[in-house]
Amino acid sequence: MRYIPHTDEEIAEMLAAIGVETIDDLFESIPESLRVAAREMSLPDPMGEIALTRHLEELAGRNRVAGGRIDSMLGAGCYDHIVPQALNQLLLRAEFLTSYTPYQPEISQGTTKAIFEFQSMVAELLDMPVANASMYDGAHAVAEAALMSQRTTRRDQVWVAETLHPEYREVVKTYLGWQDGDRYREFPCDAGTGRIDLETLTSRIEDPRKVACVVFQTPNFLGVFEDPRELVAWAQEHKIRVVAAFTEPHAFALSQPPGSFGVDICAGEGIGLGMGLSFGGPALGIFAAREKQLRAMPGRLAGRTVDATGREGYVLTLSTREQHIRREKATSNICTNQGLMALGAAIYLSLMGKEGLRELGRLNMSRAAYAARRFEEELGCAPVYDAPFFNEFVVELPRPAREVIDACLEEDILAGFDLGSVRPEWSRQMLVAATEMNTRAGIDRVIGTVKRVLG
Amino acid sequence: MSDQKRFRPEERVSQGLKFEEPLIFERSRPGKCGFVLGKADWDVEPVDEVAALGDLYREEAAELPEVTEPEVVRHFTRLSQWNYSIDTGLYPLGSCTMKYNPKVNEAMARLPGFARLHPYAPDEWCQGALELLYELERLLCAVSGLPACSLQPAAGAQGELTGLMCIRAYHEARGDSERTKIIVPDSAHGTNPASAAFNGFSVVELPSGPDGTVSPEAVAAAMDETVAGLMITNPNTMGIFEKEIQEICQIVHDGGGKVYMDGANMNAILGKARPGDFGIDVMHFNVHKTFSTPHGGGGPGGGPICVGADLEPFLPVPRIEKVEGKESPRYSRVYDQHPQTLGKVKAFFGNFLVYVRAYTYLREYGSDLPKVSERAVLNANYVRARLGETYHVAYPGRCMHEVVFDDSSYKGLGVSTLDVAKRLIDYGFHPPTTYFPLNVEGALMVEPTETESLQEVKDFIAAMEAIHEEAEANPEFLHEAPKSAFRVRLDETRAARKPVLTYRQFRDS
Repeated sequence: MRYIPHTDEEIAEMLAAIGVETIDDLFESIPESLRVAAREMSLPDPMGEIALTRHLEELAGRNRVAGGRIDSMLGAGCYDHIVPQALNQLLLRAEFLTSYTPYQPEISQGTTKAIFEFQSMVAELLDMPVANASMYDGAHAVAEAALMSQRTTRRDQVWVAETLHPEYREVVKTYLGWQDGDRYREFPCDAGTGRIDLETLTSRIEDPRKVACVVFQTPNFLGVFEDPRELVAWAQEHKIRVVAAFTEPHAFALSQPPGSFGVDICAGEGIGLGMGLSFGGPALGIFAAREKQLRAMPGRLAGRTVDATGREGYVLTLSTREQHIRREKATSNICTNQGLMALGAAIYLSLMGKEGLRELGRLNMSRAAYAARRFEEELGCAPVYDAPFFNEFVVELPRPAREVIDACLEEDILAGFDLGSVRPEWSRQMLVAATEMNTRAGIDRVIGTVKRVLG
Repeated sequence: MSDQKRFRPEERVSQGLKFEEPLIFERSRPGKCGFVLGKADWDVEPVDEVAALGDLYREEAAELPEVTEPEVVRHFTRLSQWNYSIDTGLYPLGSCTMKYNPKVNEAMARLPGFARLHPYAPDEWCQGALELLYELERLLCAVSGLPACSLQPAAGAQGELTGLMCIRAYHEARGDSERTKIIVPDSAHGTNPASAAFNGFSVVELPSGPDGTVSPEAVAAAMDETVAGLMITNPNTMGIFEKEIQEICQIVHDGGGKVYMDGANMNAILGKARPGDFGIDVMHFNVHKTFSTPHGGGGPGGGPICVGADLEPFLPVPRIEKVEGKESPRYSRVYDQHPQTLGKVKAFFGNFLVYVRAYTYLREYGSDLPKVSERAVLNANYVRARLGETYHVAYPGRCMHEVVFDDSSYKGLGVSTLDVAKRLIDYGFHPPTTYFPLNVEGALMVEPTETESLQEVKDFIAAMEAIHEEAEANPEFLHEAPKSAFRVRLDETRAARKPVLTYRQFRDS
């Protein structure tokens, strides 16, 4: 086996030093019956690199991805963005890739400093004072935000906009699942704008003193930018936390970020910041909060300090919040997070920089605006919601979206996301995304195919 | 005593080239950029974003650094050189299984058919990915001896949380709602009690024996009709196999509870013992440990859980299903045929590209997998036998994949476990896990893993012996270790007292 470096002579030498005759003797603390049973374990034959690569390439080859003949305008919380080669290759640096969590700061300054830079960039992008070193994904970050709101307010109810990504809603529900009573609540959006509406929300809340937080997403699952100013003002009056979720951080290159509206927590997904679609994972949960709640935050934090000789350095800090110290009283059970993805996002945001990210955002918005216009011109389908959008919008089709999308698959086109899978009354609605990866010609091809399918 | 000559740190580790490097924000100059969009990209009319966004428009761009690509590459390359890694040298962190990470795994995870796949691609467009996930589940079931698997949990701690949710759901489905406690031994990882608490359970801490093992009597004493289950780590955090595991599981089952196994130490027993055979009801794997998907400086991990038949109905959705077809089988994601599911713990299907690596690793080893544990246990016992002549092993007898020393051989000299650990850095080794498990005074927990050669292991032992001699000769000297590291004894108290967590906070302070 090419990864196990002992020779027979060395094994004999080691066994003699240990004082046993065979390797099997080292396992005699395991009851005999268990060892016998384990021999029944059936695994396939070992493979060398040639056959192994062939097998994996064959599996990968049976997946169909955008590029070449295939055009996709599928987003729905996972957007196709550029993965810069500089980022890809830096993530292969073994010193980043094959190191552990930086518990020994003297020999982990690369990781701790990069986390500090990641936290700094996230804070700038969201306009929030502090951010942590990452959560598992956007859905998990939002669930932890709900739990943190419950802890800091000592209240129970979590009110969630129905325009939060459906999988995020599922995860929040699961994380609150063990709690008594009906603590997870949803409220609908305005049918005309697709946005949350304060009156709708407040009319449903029986007692604001029981509400820990209100969770909304921007741009929301329907692609529409929210304007949470009224919500924040109302919530502050009632000492309710506001959690802004997001699935597309590129939107904040051009739009006012949630932090600027005074929300308490920003929680969302960063996989688009250079990690590629990855069939949805490993993703990057982003979590940012206000300094006042710093010590109630979940997850790791890197902080700046000095060493014994006075030189700057970085360490994991405020770890008395964490499970390895506080055990059952910790602010979260998270240990391993998405460290490499956080590093990747820091590299991505460095490459893009202040102006590059803005231009990239502008191209996303322009391509989506173009696509929306073409849908209207070619098919007579104007965007359903009358509110600004970033790189995704909803169109209403004359037939069920499921049928149209399925028919387009035959022509190597993934036209969008069937909103009927989220709510039956949205069955004719299709969510369509355009990013810097969708050329004008590709967008035209998608719309042309949809048109043909609709006949 | 060592059979080779003692060496001094400088004979093994050179100071090498390490550059001081500012924060990337401090390299920033207005007008620079590491990303370009050309004419070919601008194939549509630019939108007027100010008009389109109205009062939602962001006037001031986010203060991101302005640097070119070579500067970004140089910055992060220099940062990387401040890190120790498994490719650099032996990384004996106990309970972390820092083994070599095969390069082929990285290449496979970057195949466009995996890396560029959209999570909402229809089943017909992702048959290769679904087959990989399905087959990985089968492999994990084979190793665990349990019939069903969910790959959704993103890391071990989320696996614990999900497994405990299954246990909770199981009891509730039977109308048994009085079970509010989880028993956790005091030698357990901190995630165990935290995961229990985040599932609304109260934690009953079980004192373990001197070797960290759990006695059936102690479990029996703690077990009653308010206990939902027991969480146990086997082999335990002392590197000892729980000999009476079958009896312990039986006691919990007889009391109506379920047994969760923390699989952090699975590297000791691959093909040697299967948790399903012990009586375990649910367990997680840490694929970033046992199956060598890299740890990435803190993640991503993967914490799949395997469960027994009576917990299967509660697993997260979607489940991956295989239906035999005329020519080839068809794989699908199934959401709605599992009415008792606990729901979802993560968006989409788990850390997929991590699982591509784990699958590649498992297929490469295949039926040779037991050799992993054989050599891991061999290396650990060699360290125990040889280093046990100088340091004090925390308990008698042989170990599994890791060995724990206490501080009794050097504490009297005025030297701490922290001193020994930091001094190892000067010799070019990552320190072992320190001060864990909590039931050992000044614990030093060493896990060499199977991918270290005898020579590497001997060098580590020689370094540890040299440090013990230094402790005897001049304990004061060790308090100042490491001498040669890029940074020395960082001030953690200061970091926590006045936290500086962002560049802006630093700049404005």
